[in-house]
Amino acid sequence: MVELKPRVSVQYVDKATVVTLTDEKILEDMDVQALKGSIDSVVEQAERVNLVLDFRNVRFLSSSVLGLLIRVSRKIAERKGSLRLCGIHPKIYEIFKITRLTKVFDIYEDVGSATKNLSEPG
Amino acid sequence: MTSGTPVNCSIIVESRTSVVGDVCNEILAKLEGTGFAKDDIFAVHLALEEALANAIKHGNKLDPSKKVTIDCSVDSERIEISMTDEGCGFDPDAVPDPRLGKNLYRPEGRGLFLMKSYMDVVKYNERGNGVRMVRYRERPNSEQTEREDAQG
Repeated sequence: MVELKPRVSVQYVDKATVVTLTDEKILEDMDVQALKGSIDSVVEQAERVNLVLDFRNVRFLSSSVLGLLIRVSRKIAERKGSLRLCGIHPKIYEIFKITRLTKVFDIYEDVGSATKNLSEPG
Repeated sequence: MTSGTPVNCSIIVESRTSVVGDVCNEILAKLEGTGFAKDDIFAVHLALEEALANAIKHGNKLDPSKKVTIDCSVDSERIEISMTDEGCGFDPDAVPDPRLGKNLYRPEGRGLFLMKSYMDVVKYNERGNGVRMVRYRERPNSEQTEREDAQG
């Protein structure tokens, strides 16, 4: 497992790169920027990536994180990769549902289900 | 049911995003002390975070010479938060619904919508640089909410 400070841990599972968000709360701009930097570096490591973002540790986030996810999604789509989210706590899932982002993102229960049936990354 | 003695506080902060966490902690501690449920605390936390970030970034445009004033009142039935920045204000009715059409794929524009979703009353002043938000421990009927709206 590779540790990227300070916001994520990275694992390679089958055809997916699994990024686990390690912070319980992602709020301030500095937190969001640090997270963006960590995720961008993972996305840019390969030409095409199957990225799974694991939210199992996250109990609170702000709308700026939702914006970050939209940006990450765009970047991955431009590189013909895929993005899946998983492990979202019920209260956080409610935010996705209220904002209808459940229609934008592919959301899975856990890493196991999120890493199934992926095509070979480039 | 009596409301008990309200707990009031007034906080004035500089326009730095790093102050958001401290303000949230101070106000949420009062909610916890008054026995509000976790769902209420989560909702107020989200709305407070979004409102304060908006005031600092979009209202005061991160100008350190400008302040944000937060007044808070908590009793056993409700929490009321009023927040005013020193910016030009905005028209909340002109903010598009982030759930519709292409807005769904825009990275920004969800803060105000979340405030309205998680609080029972969200009312801006005429200039658009001040907001008053209320959340009840037990959601009131629409008549009561309308009365709150009319009081502004």
